[in-house]
Formats: sequence, C-alpha cells, structure tokens
Amino acid sequence: MDLSIKPEYLQFREEVRSFLAQNLTDDLREAGRLATSVFHDVERSMAWQKILHKKGWVAPNWPKQYGGTGWDVVQRAIFAEESMKASAPAMIPMGLLMCGPCIIGYGTQAQKDYYLPRILSGEDLWCQGYSEPGSGSDLASLQTFAASDGDDYIVNGTKIWTTYAHFANKIFCLVRTDKEAKPQKGITFLLIDMTSPGIKVEPIIGLDGIREQNTVFFDNVRVPKANRIGNENDGWTVAKYLLMFERGGQEYAPALYAGLAQVKDIASKEAGSFGGPLIADTNFRRKLNELEIDIMALEFTENRIKSALGSGQNPGALASMTKILGTELSQRVTELAIEAVGVYGLPLQTDAIQPGAGLPFVGPEYALTAMPRYLNTRATTIYGGSNEVQRGIIAKLVLGL
Amino acid sequence: MNFDLSQEQKMLVDSIQKFLKNDYSFETRCKLANSSLGFSEENWKLFAELGWLGVALGSDYGGFGGSTEDIMLMHEALGRALVTEPILPTALLCGRLIELLGTEAQKKSLLPSLIQGELQLALAYNEAIARNNPAVVGCVAQREGDNYVISGKKIGVLNGHAASQLLVTARTAGDVRASAGISVFLVDAYAAGVERKPYQTVDGLRAAEIEFNGVEVTAAQRLGAEGDAFVALETVLDEACLALCAEAVGAMEVLYKTTIEYCKTRKQFGVPIGKFQALQFRMVDMFMLHEQAKSMIYQAALRAKDISTKEGRAKAREAISACKVYIGKAGRRIGQEAIQLHGGMGMTDELNVGHYFKRLTAIDALFGNVDYHLHRYDECVTASREIA
Ligand SMILES: Cc1cc2nc3c(=O)[nH]c(=O)nc-3n(C[C@H](O)[C@H](O)[C@H](O)COP(=O)(O)OP(=O)(O)OC[C@H]3O[C@@H](n4cnc5c(N)ncnc54)[C@H](O)[C@@H]3O)c2cc1C
Repeated sequence: MDLSIKPEYLQFREEVRSFLAQNLTDDLREAGRLATSVFHDVERSMAWQKILHKKGWVAPNWPKQYGGTGWDVVQRAIFAEESMKASAPAMIPMGLLMCGPCIIGYGTQAQKDYYLPRILSGEDLWCQGYSEPGSGSDLASLQTFAASDGDDYIVNGTKIWTTYAHFANKIFCLVRTDKEAKPQKGITFLLIDMTSPGIKVEPIIGLDGIREQNTVFFDNVRVPKANRIGNENDGWTVAKYLLMFERGGQEYAPALYAGLAQVKDIASKEAGSFGGPLIADTNFRRKLNELEIDIMALEFTENRIKSALGSGQNPGALASMTKILGTELSQRVTELAIEAVGVYGLPLQTDAIQPGAGLPFVGPEYALTAMPRYLNTRATTIYGGSNEVQRGIIAKLVLGL
Repeated sequence: MNFDLSQEQKMLVDSIQKFLKNDYSFETRCKLANSSLGFSEENWKLFAELGWLGVALGSDYGGFGGSTEDIMLMHEALGRALVTEPILPTALLCGRLIELLGTEAQKKSLLPSLIQGELQLALAYNEAIARNNPAVVGCVAQREGDNYVISGKKIGVLNGHAASQLLVTARTAGDVRASAGISVFLVDAYAAGVERKPYQTVDGLRAAEIEFNGVEVTAAQRLGAEGDAFVALETVLDEACLALCAEAVGAMEVLYKTTIEYCKTRKQFGVPIGKFQALQFRMVDMFMLHEQAKSMIYQAALRAKDISTKEGRAKAREAISACKVYIGKAGRRIGQEAIQLHGGMGMTDELNVGHYFKRLTAIDALFGNVDYHLHRYDECVTASREIA
C-alpha cells in the first residue's frame, strides 16, 4: 500500500490545465457555471465537443483504436476533475458514454465505421429510448413493439423521459421483438433516425421549469434491420454491457467538492441572522463540516476503485455503491445551497440562467442557480437505476440476500 | 495511489489473522476479558516475539519503524477479534511519546523492554475537567529543588490497572487550559502517593482512575523540556486515534457480516428474514458505511504521513478528526442496526454482536467523540481558510 501520488500524474494535470486555460472561452465557462443539471446547454456543449475532438480528447473512456485517448483511469479522473474546476461544459452523455460503447461492443464493422466518427465529431446527437410509461424500474417489461417486415421493422409504442429528444437526430431504443419469450429474452436494441416519418416528440417540463425530457411516440415507424445492434432478441445483453461499461467510470467526489466550495463561498457572503456572515453560524457550519467529511469518505472510496481498476481488478461492489452515495450527497449539497441563499432561492427566473441570456435578475448572481439545481438534483436518485433498485442490486449480488 | 498491500504488509496482516483465527476465538476473548488481568500475559510475550509491539516504534530500539498504513492495517486486523491486549496504550501512546520526547538514555532504558514485552505502560492525560482535551491539565507538578511534586487526578487511564510505569501529564506553568506549560513525567505506578482505582469497562477492557497525592519524582523522570510536551502529546494521541479508528473498522466489518449471515438463516413468516426488503436496505447501508469508514482510515493514514513535522501536523489533525467523526457515526449506526436486526438474540451476552456493539460505543467516547472532533475539524478548516 502506497498512498502517495505519482509525479507523472502531476505533470499530466499541468498539461490538462494549460489546455483548458487556452481553449475554454468565457462563453463556454459561463455554460458550465450556470448549469443546473448534468445535461448542459446543448449549443455550448457541442461547441466544446468540437474543440476536444480536434485535440483527440473527446472520448477518454473509449478504446484508443476507436478514437479514445489511451489514458489510464487516474488520467481520466484528472481530466474530469480539471474540466469541472475550469467550468467546462459537460459532454452530452447519450452518444459518447452510452450508445457509442454499445456500438463498440456489439456493432458490426460497418456500423462502427459509420456511427462512431459521427458521435465523436458531434454530427449525431443521440437520445436514449428505454423508459416507457408502464416500464420504469422494471425496464424488461417494456412494450414498444418492432414487427418484422422484410428488411425492416415497423415500430409502434411510446418512450418517456427521453432527455434531449428535442435536440437529438438519433435515438437508441430497446424494443420488444418477441411477445411470447420471457421479458428479457424478447428485447432488441435498435438505432432509429429521429427524422423518420411517424415519430412525434412532445415536451415534458421539469420541476425547475426547464424542458429536458420528452415523450416520444412511434406510429408505424419504419427502421431498417441494418440498424439493429447485436442479434434480434439479444438487446438485453447489449443493454447490460452498457451498464458494465458505465460502472466505475464515473466519479462523484470532484463535482461534490465543487458544489461544496460554492456553498462555502455563498455562506461567506451571505449575512447570518445573529451577526457575522452565515459561515460563522455554528449550526450551519456543523452541517457543512459533516457533509464535507462524508464527501471525503466517498472521495477515498473512489480512489480505492481507481486503484483496483488500475491494477486490473474488478471493483464490483464498491463501484455499485458510488451511484447511491454520490447522488445522495449531491442532494445534500444542493439542499445546503438553498439554505445558504435563503430568500434569494425563491425568485423564479428560469430565463436569466440560460447562458448568454444577459437578462437582469433579482438577488446576487451566486444565488441564481441554487434553487434550480436543488430541484433538478432530486432526479439523480431516480434515474440511472433508482437508489432503491441499486440497494436491491447490492443486497442480492453483493450481500447474497 | 495504490491500495494493494505490499508483501510485508500482507505478511503482517496474515500473521495477525492466523493467530486470531487459531488462538483468539470469541470464547477465548471473553475468558480473557473476565480474567483478573483482562488479557493474556502469554499472548503479550507472543506479540513481542512476532514483532507486533514494535510496529510503530523505531528500528534503533528494536522496533519495525512501520508507516501509518502498517499501523492502520494491524489495528484493523486486531479490531476484528476485539483483542484485549493493550498494544494501543502501551506501544502507541506511551512508546511513541517516549520516542518523541525522551532523551537517548530514557529511550534506551524503556523502548527495548517495551518492544520485548517486558513492560506495561499507561498514559494518564485525561481529566474530568478536560473531557479528552489534552491541553486542559489541572494536575500540577510543583518544582521543589531537583524534584517535582505531582498532585491531581486522571480519569479513564487505559491499561491503568496493569501498567508498572505511568506517563503523566502535569502542569509546570500556565493556566489550566493553556497548551504551553504541560510536562510529561514517568511515574512508578507503585510510588508513594499514587492511588489507582482500576475498573473493567463495558467493552471488556480495563482502565483506571488515578490520583496523585503529592507524588515525588526527580527531574530525570521528566520526558522532554519542561512545559513543552503538548505537541508530542497531541501527536501520539492522534496517531493512537487513527489506530483506534482502524480497530473500529475491523469491528464494523465483523458486525455487518455477522448480521447478514444471521438474516440469511433466521426464518420468520416462512422465509429467511433477509428476504424482507426493509431489512435488506438497512444491511446495504451498513455495508456502505463500513466501506466508507474504511476509505476514511485510508484518507487519514495518507494525510497523517507527516504528522511529526510542523507543516504536516495541521493536515494530519484535520484528517484524523474527519476520520474520527465518520467512524463515530458509522460505528454507532452499524452497532445499533446489528442489534435490531438480530432481534432478542442481539440483546444477549452470549452472542458476539453485543460485544462488538459495546466496543464501538466505547471507541466513540475515547480520544474525543463525534462532537469533539467536529469541533476540532472546524477549527482546522477555519484556520486553513484564514491562511488561504
Ligand atoms: C431527469 C430524468 C431523465 C431521464 N432520462 C431518461 C432518458 O433519457 N431515457 C430513458 O429511457 N429514461 C430516462 N429517465 C427515466 C428513468 O430511467 C426512470 O425514471 C427510472 O428508471 C425510474 O422509473 P419510473 O420513473 O417509472 O419510476 P418507478 O419505477 O415507477 O419507481 C417509483 C418508485 O418506486 C421505487 N421502486 C421501483 N421498483 C422498486 C423495487 N423493486 N424495490 C423498491 N423500490 C422500488 C423506485 O425506486 C421509485 O422510488 C429519466 C428520468 C429522469 C427523472
């Protein structure tokens, strides 16, 4: 056990920092700063994606041969951390982190050649069509049906909560191709063009007043069988592969620390009720310190995962924990932030937080994002496998209950 | 960062685990805890032979010169079996304090015999008015010619019943709450005026209340410069605190795993109670708390590396306080949940669950509880904010 940090990594960190300093414009940083969700402003995310693509840094978690960076797990974490610190807009994950890896794992050569470069360059913007009105946590019960018709499928059904479907030109879907088989055995993974006739997209407005999600209706949509990833009725395997790919890939601690730093900043500027700044209030500070200590524990759990990954071990159980802990902590951070801004959390000013809006607003600028973030962050324990589902997975697979 | 154990660390942990598995069953532990001494002298000799008493101490005196990680790993392993032998009070608190403060002669006369298992020591620092704060010392050492006369009362002295020599903090100058003016003396536990009231603790260990009624010591029995012991004192308390946290993590591991095993076998309503989701989620939380607690001792071990340097000390204090806060809360929660999930069986003296629960409860009270360390953590981060 050697808990010191290797010097090569310090050098790499410097390289990343100087790249970010040179390439991140104020306009781009504003998008990162004002973001109130994991999904950042599309226009600026895509602009930043183009810059990263040119540098070859757009898909750190892809194998090098497909356009990845060849970085190890520590380098990837450093890049993510520094990007966050510099308020870089986050990449939109559906193509780069979700669909791309599925195509890499299960696509044909032709599919890889066609789709992967378009994901990297941002030419295609993907959305994820898994959930349905009747199928959330129990995803395998999904009903959207793809009937075989020669070289095509005819797709009918409804997808819901589809993030960014209104921006996307492509959607990857799980559809049912066999109604008789056991639920998991009759599912197929399909890539569908959003401009296909018969697709209708309707908005869902979130708690924070912002449109991120949509309902997507499929009415006799014709999809070439060539767009299928993996075999017919084998879509569940592809979907599970994606979960494996995602696992251990994400670190929460850096974003949590960044959020906490903002809370401290707010609390040192806001007045406390009984004299001095809010940060001098013992009750407030206790919550702040307890939260910081809990984040510290997660930081080191994530370090342990990186170390295990780095030496070729499967972090298994530890990785499935971080989703639960990271999201629950992010809710505590955003909760403390609304407590810190107090009454300034109340003005409804959705328009003013849009990057580049330049609109007048009520209250200090640091208070602008607190409430929308608090509202939006409630979703983190619901999506990506709800935290109850995650606890169920740990109970079953790790604890053997 | 690499969390894999080195070859040497593997050997250390393996040898501890092997011994505990073969010779330290729960029944044996209970017998030892209830014996007159509260631990086994035979084991103590064996620990010395295996080198465990010297892990934290310098190689000049026969020690192993181990790193913070080594000490952490060792105590985590010991915690799994609730070992009662007083390694922490003797080797970590006293051995390290002698190493940090003592003259060459003092070190030579004490450390080798400690490491060889011939010496039991105890550190008498805590007082009723101090509530674990080592800077608060009401006990005084009055200079009289070449000698000092010590008067005052110490509480919760770990291993105070068995120690033949005591390290005592006493004020040679300054106000009761001043960190300057504290000196440490080596006092014969049988000297005239030393009155010990040993007692058994709820977690099966031993401690003592010790009164010093005008106990005379020579200047040669003082460790380090007069009035200048505080930094060393706090350093060893912090090092021991980290070891104690590691011990707690070992105990937590056994407790949550035992609970899972029980819930897989105990049947009610025709199914193992572990099939109830309400219980499953609570066990998942116990599992996660243990993993996070483990991460926390690693955090502290990393950041406490340079605890003996002036710059390193601030960072170490902050890290160790954060660790103790987390361990205190996690230990409380895992302990309480373990009992609840065992139902009536959890309430019995017969099952090991209650004993682990009591040890974790005691650990929170030692070297400052959650509130104490939250307060100290706050001081540390406030100070570093002001510097920045
Ligand atoms: C902001 C946001 C963005 C999203 N983006 C997308 C997207 O882009 N594409 C997409 O396909 N989907 C998306 N989703 C959908 C998301 O995956 C689902 O919301 C999620 O799977 C939960 O399903 P549900 O909402 O139907 O809740 P339900 O499954 O109905 O769950 C309701 C409650 O019951 C609990 N519960 C369910 N099953 C169990 C169980 N076995 N044990 C204990 N408790 C249980 C849940 O944890 C939850 O608390 C998004 C959701 C949100 C909120």
